[in-house]
Parts: sequence; structure tokens; C-alpha cells
Amino acid sequence: MKISFNVNKMGYYGDFGGAYIPEMMYSNIEELRSKYLDICSEKKFQSEFNELLKQYVGRPTPLYFAERLSKKYNTKIYLKREDLCHTGAHKINNTIGQILLAKRLGKSRIIAETGAGQHGVATATVCALMGIKCIVYMGEVDISRQAPNVARMKMLGAEVKPAISGSKTLKDATNEAIRDWINNPVDTHYIIGSVVGPHPYPDMVARFQSVIGDEVKKQLKELEGTKKPSYVIACVGGGSNAAGLFYPYLDDEKVKIICVEAAGKGIDTGMSAATSILGKEGIIHGAKTLLMQSTDGQITEPYSISAGLDYPGVGPMHANLFRTKRGEFISITDKEAMEWGLSLSRLEGIIPAIETSHAFAVLDKKKFKKDDILVFNCSGRGDKDLDTYIDYFKL
Amino acid sequence: MNRINKVLETKKNILSIYFTAGYPNLDDTEKIINELSKSDVDMIEIGLPFSDPLADGPTIQKSSTIALKNGMNTENLFVQLKNIRNKTNIPLIIMGYFNPILQFGVEKFCKSCNDVGIDGMIIPDLPVDIYEKKYKPLFDKHGLLNMFLITPQTSDKRIKFIDKVSNGFIYMVSSFSITGAVNSFGFEQKNYFKRINKMNLKSKLLIGFGISNSSTFKDAIENSNGAIIGSAFINFLKENKIEDIGKFVQLIRG
Repeated sequence: MKISFNVNKMGYYGDFGGAYIPEMMYSNIEELRSKYLDICSEKKFQSEFNELLKQYVGRPTPLYFAERLSKKYNTKIYLKREDLCHTGAHKINNTIGQILLAKRLGKSRIIAETGAGQHGVATATVCALMGIKCIVYMGEVDISRQAPNVARMKMLGAEVKPAISGSKTLKDATNEAIRDWINNPVDTHYIIGSVVGPHPYPDMVARFQSVIGDEVKKQLKELEGTKKPSYVIACVGGGSNAAGLFYPYLDDEKVKIICVEAAGKGIDTGMSAATSILGKEGIIHGAKTLLMQSTDGQITEPYSISAGLDYPGVGPMHANLFRTKRGEFISITDKEAMEWGLSLSRLEGIIPAIETSHAFAVLDKKKFKKDDILVFNCSGRGDKDLDTYIDYFKL
Repeated sequence: MNRINKVLETKKNILSIYFTAGYPNLDDTEKIINELSKSDVDMIEIGLPFSDPLADGPTIQKSSTIALKNGMNTENLFVQLKNIRNKTNIPLIIMGYFNPILQFGVEKFCKSCNDVGIDGMIIPDLPVDIYEKKYKPLFDKHGLLNMFLITPQTSDKRIKFIDKVSNGFIYMVSSFSITGAVNSFGFEQKNYFKRINKMNLKSKLLIGFGISNSSTFKDAIENSNGAIIGSAFINFLKENKIEDIGKFVQLIRG
């Protein structure tokens, strides 16, 4: 039998995944696990989801042929324009799905974690849309780094609670959100923002994001006469935009997968987020996956100039893509990513999020053939990163 | 017979105390165990500190962060416990999260536990299902009991399964809450205690989370075989001398 790179019935991708959770979370996770597939396949759920994606998010997003970029690199380059989604990134595909799910589960209170604030904003947005109470946990350090997104969440009516434990960043915000859920197991749904956490989260989030890859298939067929690009390429922090683009291609090995991680200041500098190289198998936030940790098993703090990529683990799907070599992993430094932010702006008139900029830097790392078709996930726009770009380039 | 089972069979109103190894100072482990053994305590839970303790409240997380800064780690803990059985016969349980144990090597960990005289484990993020399928034989081989948690949300069916797999006590989480979060037990909690007692489980029950003084301790032992205190003891250690541990225990016993 052919091996699948998608999740199995037990919630594993190869060796990775599962639900390593305290008993206090069991009833919530079990409720989700036993219901998510049925709910998501309901006709009414699907039509509501698709309608919101169309009318509210602005889907389908264009698959844009980047002519000048293609010319420069002598290959065919397409950008999947997730940066054009409402709130500025792919994150909202997942929050729309999960808020509809939460409503069907009868939940009246939403919690979320956020690093840079993108997922927090996407969650606050759908909660405002549905009139549901929203609490977003955010590391104290990130709150001070990402003031505009904090303000956006507040404008949308969400309460932003600082995570003051540990390193006061994304992983700690996630811990605090999990604790909140343990304390409020009955009325609350936890909207995780990436393909991380205990099963069924990685699969559920991947499914909600798979609209990205599904659209690419249709659009590429119209543009190139084939559903299959030669490569699908995306940046990976936790991995949700990558999972969404790769999803329909996971088991089609003719389509090559490239995951781009943040090398930060360099792999060997101690200031990096390249989990595939620096990580070891372990357990973080309820999933077995690759994560950055000390030899003693303490989780270490990653670093990247882009707040969306500095998570100490990757989703279990990606850990499996790495281990099985189904995906090629390339790491890109802060400097390379920042320069690509500028290059894409000048070549195509698109200012990307710094996370997204990492993906494009692959063009300098790898030789592609003239008739290769490359699809990049242009996962987010750079508005939120203007301060960082201003500082870096002294604009 | 395992020391934990012996205590469970012979004693009532069991008091089990948790502390974080390496807190307040790196080398306090042995001193704290000795002082607790001298006082009216029946079991000791030694916390192996973890950077991201999901199921614990702020007090225990803070003590873990300090312990890690002090240099505590798995290897070190076993060195500190090397001669502990020359000094005390009290049941010793290690409470720790699964990742540090996984990195140390589960088999090596179980063997080291047995070597120094540890009697059992509480690993909150190793669910009973995974334990039963994958790790139980290792624990059995090294004579280690494994204790599981139940909460007010745990279904009767799952409680029965946990009871079946358990060979020590069942750790009954008092409320929907992380450690250290409550001060007194209400009507709902007492009903939950009663409901569980009516199930006639084979395992003995110890109540933990939110027990901080003699009145919550009393409530707990009225409804179970004993109680576990963690955060309140960590708070005590923050402000008092190790030699005064006996006074803390007296206050709890009332």
C-alpha cells in the first residue's frame, strides 16, 4: 500500500502527532476529535464556510503569474495571493472555520494565542463577526513589540491578556491559553492558529487552510493546463500556510514540496528558529513533533526577525515531511529574508510579510528549470512589518 | 509490596506533599525530603521541573523556572537522590512532564528511579491510553506505579478504564482548574467527590489541586483517602526555613 503523508486515524503523521495532553484537557479534545469531521462535512457547514470565505474573506485569492520575477530567474513563478485576504494573511481561513465549529459545539467564549498578533487579529475579527466573546493571550514581550496589532484586537472588541510566564512570547501565550481552557472546559473553544497542538488540531487547521491548495489546483489548470506545479513552496513557523498549500499535493510525489524555515541570525548562532535542523523529537503543546530543546528536554526559545516564524516546534505534518524526505527544508537568514522583502516590492509591487519573504529567498538557494512551475504561498502582506522594514533599511 | 500501596492500605487521612526539586536552592532536595519524613506526612511527590508545565499554576511554574535556573535537571536529581533510601522509608513519587523523561530515555528513567528507590510516577501529559499501549511494561519491570488524574469532566467510562489500568492511587483533581487556583470547596465539588466515591473503584482516591489549609484538607479527607498539597507548600518554602516544615504540616493537619 502506498504511504500517505496525511494524518492517520489515530492522529499521527508517521511517528509524529498524537495527543499528549493532561487529563484536564481530555474532555475538550475528545469532544472535538469525535465531532470535527462530521461537523465539517455537513452540507450546511460547508455552504456557510464557503460563503464567508467568498463574501467576507475575499476568496478565491488570485494565483498571480509574477512575470518580472519569472524572467529574472528564468522559470515560471506563481504567487498564491493570501496576502489579499481580509486581515492581511491566510490566518483567517482557519478562524472562520473554527468559529463556525465552535458555534455548532455550543461554545460562547473563544480563546486564542498569538505571537505577532496576526492570528489574534484574525480570531478577534471572526468573534466580532459572530458576536462572541474573545480573549487573546499574547506574550508580554510581543505585546510591546506589536502595538498596532494589539490595538486592532482591542478595536475589534477582544480582550488581550499578557502571558507573563517563562519567556513571555508565543510558546508562553500558548501555555496560558491551554490553562485558560483547563479552567473553563465547558463554555470555551480554543482556536489554535497553526497546525500544532494535540490531534485533531493539526488536521483540523490543515483542512480549513486546504482551500489554498484546492484553489491553486483549479487556477493552475486554467492558466497552465495542468493542476500540478513542479514545486509548492511556503514558509514554515508552525506551518499552517504551508499545510494549506501542500494539502491536496501531499500524496502526489510528482509535486515537490519545499518548506522554508527561519535561520534567524544563522543556524549556529544560537539565535535561530530552524527547527528541522536544530530540533529533536519531543513533545510540545500536546503533540509529538520536532522541537528545539535542551539535552535535558527543556523547550528553548527560538529567534527570528519575523515573529510569525519563531515557534520552537513545527507541526507534526511537517516533522513527518522532513523525516520521510517528502519535503525539502531550506533555512533562510533574517538578512536574506529582509532583502527579499525589498526585492519582491520592487520587482512585483507586492510588499510581503517578513514571514513570506523567507519563502522567496529559495530562488537564490536552488536552481530551477525554465519550464518548472513554482507556486509560492504569498501568505501575508507586509503592512504589519513596516516598522521592522523601516528600522532595517532606514527608510 | 510497593511503599505507596502499603501506605494506601494501612493509613487513613493520607497527606502527600509536593515540592519542586531544585527549589528554593539546588541542593535542598534531600533536606526537604528528610524534614517532610520527620513530620506527619505520608507520601512525597518530587517535582522534576519543566520549562512549560501546562497543567500547573503560576506558583509551581515559577518554582520550576527558578529550579531550572539553579541548574536542576534529570541527571542531577538522580544524583541527589542516590542515598535517600538510607535515610527514609517514606513513599517517593516523581511528578514530571513527559518530554524531559523522553529525552532522558523512558527505560533509563525507570531504571534510575528503581535504583534510587522511587516508588511511582505522576506524568500529567502522558495519557493513560498511550501509557497502557506503550510504556506500562517498562514501569512494571522496574516496580514503578503510575498514577493518573481524573477531573469533574472525566466520564464514568473513562474513570473505570483509568481504575483498571491504575495500580496505585487515582489523583482526583478537585475542580476544573490548574494547581493552586482555589481556596475552598463548594457544593459542586463535594457532589463530584460523592459521585466518584459511589463508583466503588478498586483504586484509592487522593484529592489534589486547591488544597491549601486545614479546612480544605478536612473537606478532602472526608471524601477520599487523602489529599495532595503542592502550591501552598511551595509558597511556604518561599517565606520559611526548611527546618520549619513540621509547623506547616501541623497547620494542615489541624
